[in-house]
Amino acid sequence: MDRPVAPAAGPGAGNDCRPWRRRGMGRALPGALFAALCLASLMVGAGRMELAQLTTFSGEAWLTLTASRLPRLAAVVLTGAGLAVCGAVLQQILRNRFVEPATTGGLEAAKLGILVALTLLPGAGQGVRMALAMAFCLAASLIFAVITARLRATVLVPVAGLMYGSVLGALAEFYAYSRNFLQGMQGWMLGDFSKVVQGSYEVVWLVLPVVAATYVFARRFTLIGMGAEVAASLGLGYRAMVVLGLVLVSATVAATVITVGAIPFVGLVVPNLVSLWRGDDLTRTLPMIAAGGAMLLLICDLFGRLIIWPYEVPVGLTGGGVGGLMFLFLILWGRR
Amino acid sequence: MILLTDIGKSHGTRAVLTGITARFPRQSLTSIIGPNGAGKSTLLMLIARLAEPGSGRITLGGADIARISRAEYARRVATLRQFPAIELRLTVEELVAFGRFPHNRGRPTAEDRRATDEAIAFLSLDTIRKARLDELSGGQRQMAFLAMTIAQQTDCLLLDEPLNNLDMRHALRIMQALRSLCDDLGRTVVAVIHDINFAANHSDQIIALKDGRLHSSGTVDQVVTEAGLRDLYGLDFHILPRPHGRLCDYFTPKGEAG
Repeated sequence: MDRPVAPAAGPGAGNDCRPWRRRGMGRALPGALFAALCLASLMVGAGRMELAQLTTFSGEAWLTLTASRLPRLAAVVLTGAGLAVCGAVLQQILRNRFVEPATTGGLEAAKLGILVALTLLPGAGQGVRMALAMAFCLAASLIFAVITARLRATVLVPVAGLMYGSVLGALAEFYAYSRNFLQGMQGWMLGDFSKVVQGSYEVVWLVLPVVAATYVFARRFTLIGMGAEVAASLGLGYRAMVVLGLVLVSATVAATVITVGAIPFVGLVVPNLVSLWRGDDLTRTLPMIAAGGAMLLLICDLFGRLIIWPYEVPVGLTGGGVGGLMFLFLILWGRR
Repeated sequence: MILLTDIGKSHGTRAVLTGITARFPRQSLTSIIGPNGAGKSTLLMLIARLAEPGSGRITLGGADIARISRAEYARRVATLRQFPAIELRLTVEELVAFGRFPHNRGRPTAEDRRATDEAIAFLSLDTIRKARLDELSGGQRQMAFLAMTIAQQTDCLLLDEPLNNLDMRHALRIMQALRSLCDDLGRTVVAVIHDINFAANHSDQIIALKDGRLHSSGTVDQVVTEAGLRDLYGLDFHILPRPHGRLCDYFTPKGEAG
């Protein structure tokens, strides 16, 4: 997304000391890495997949590929990209680098929404669950945005968010307990891709149009990050844009929590790393954030599938571990 | 021309501005001066439409500004707030390009790039155009924000204490840039200025506020007088005529300097 430098830009313009700014290598390498990770994700699994069989487009290997491995790959890539983009949007809206769906109560609210859908409308399909999860997530995010608008200290925002999330989580747990539903809830406590198969995961494709829409509005979201007054003086309707951003975030969170469960830290770590590396102009960095989120989750998922092969560690655990460590690193080294 | 008629504004029960009537002529530089808490910034925010007046009317070229859409207003009036709290990691170039948002609504064209380049060149920021805001000094950041406001290419610019926290060289550069915006590009500039000497030597017109009321207004000669400034700030002023302007000395109260 590098814009060409105007030739008449003056003497200082060409002296870019950052080697990664040079084009060419910068895109080929992550592209190759991404492709390799996707391939690895397709090859790893409990069942043996005979490559020779694939050429016939039928048989057991073909079924494994199309019904399990490809859906899983799609779910991992979409979830990773979606959550990372979510984090970036939330960080602009709340003007705080330490927020993401897990630290703003969004994940917990989505869980509560699914729970309400499952108990009140047990016969309803995935669409209803999705809608309720999204509605709960949106409401919780809006309330959180209003609360934190009064918080001056930036460190307090994620702390307040964690507390807020815990309250919502406790609410969900109590609700589940009172309806004798506690066991069913464990399903989405920890993100897990192992249950992703053809026919059960398709809701997660909703992330694709959401990420695309976020990219269309990327410049506006960066403007939102400059604050209400700057945005208003540049003619942007601030509130409408904040609401739109939270709607997009809620859609992604709801879709991912329904299909794979809660995955913390991706939305926190990836946007922060990209920001340190390439800055905050989302028109330029959003593709990197999406790709980075997908790659981080691919790595976490592969790790989780290999570490106790042929069994699996849920990605919520590996992702939380890897993401948590990276986050610690960011706090210690990144914030100079 | 911007016309203010009987503007009032209060925060709760406390009146911040009362009965302000003033005019800001086209293609001129107007400074708003006055002691702290006089309501200068509030007045500027009302003109910028970042706050609503409690009473009165503000018109831009004859039209009530409350009736102009926000998007349209941003193409006619640019505002630079005091200490824009922008903590994003953006390069100067990226920041300045955001000044084009009212015109391109997020889809930059070749003309936007040209306007961005012009604004950067206008303030001689070419050498730091690739630098990130968080790597710059306060003065350079302020210049970058001003460049963003200039790139907006509006007829009217509103600046809240653009010289705040700047060293003399940067302050002079910004003041000269504002002068050039008026004289060479025909823009209307309204700036809240704390340094009375900058206001007195670079403005076409001065509006003085005290306790939320209009204290005095007019040309520099009409407003910058020893009696007027003494009443405005409660300080003894000694105004020294100079070949190309005047120097307002308030550093040593009369009598002590001998």
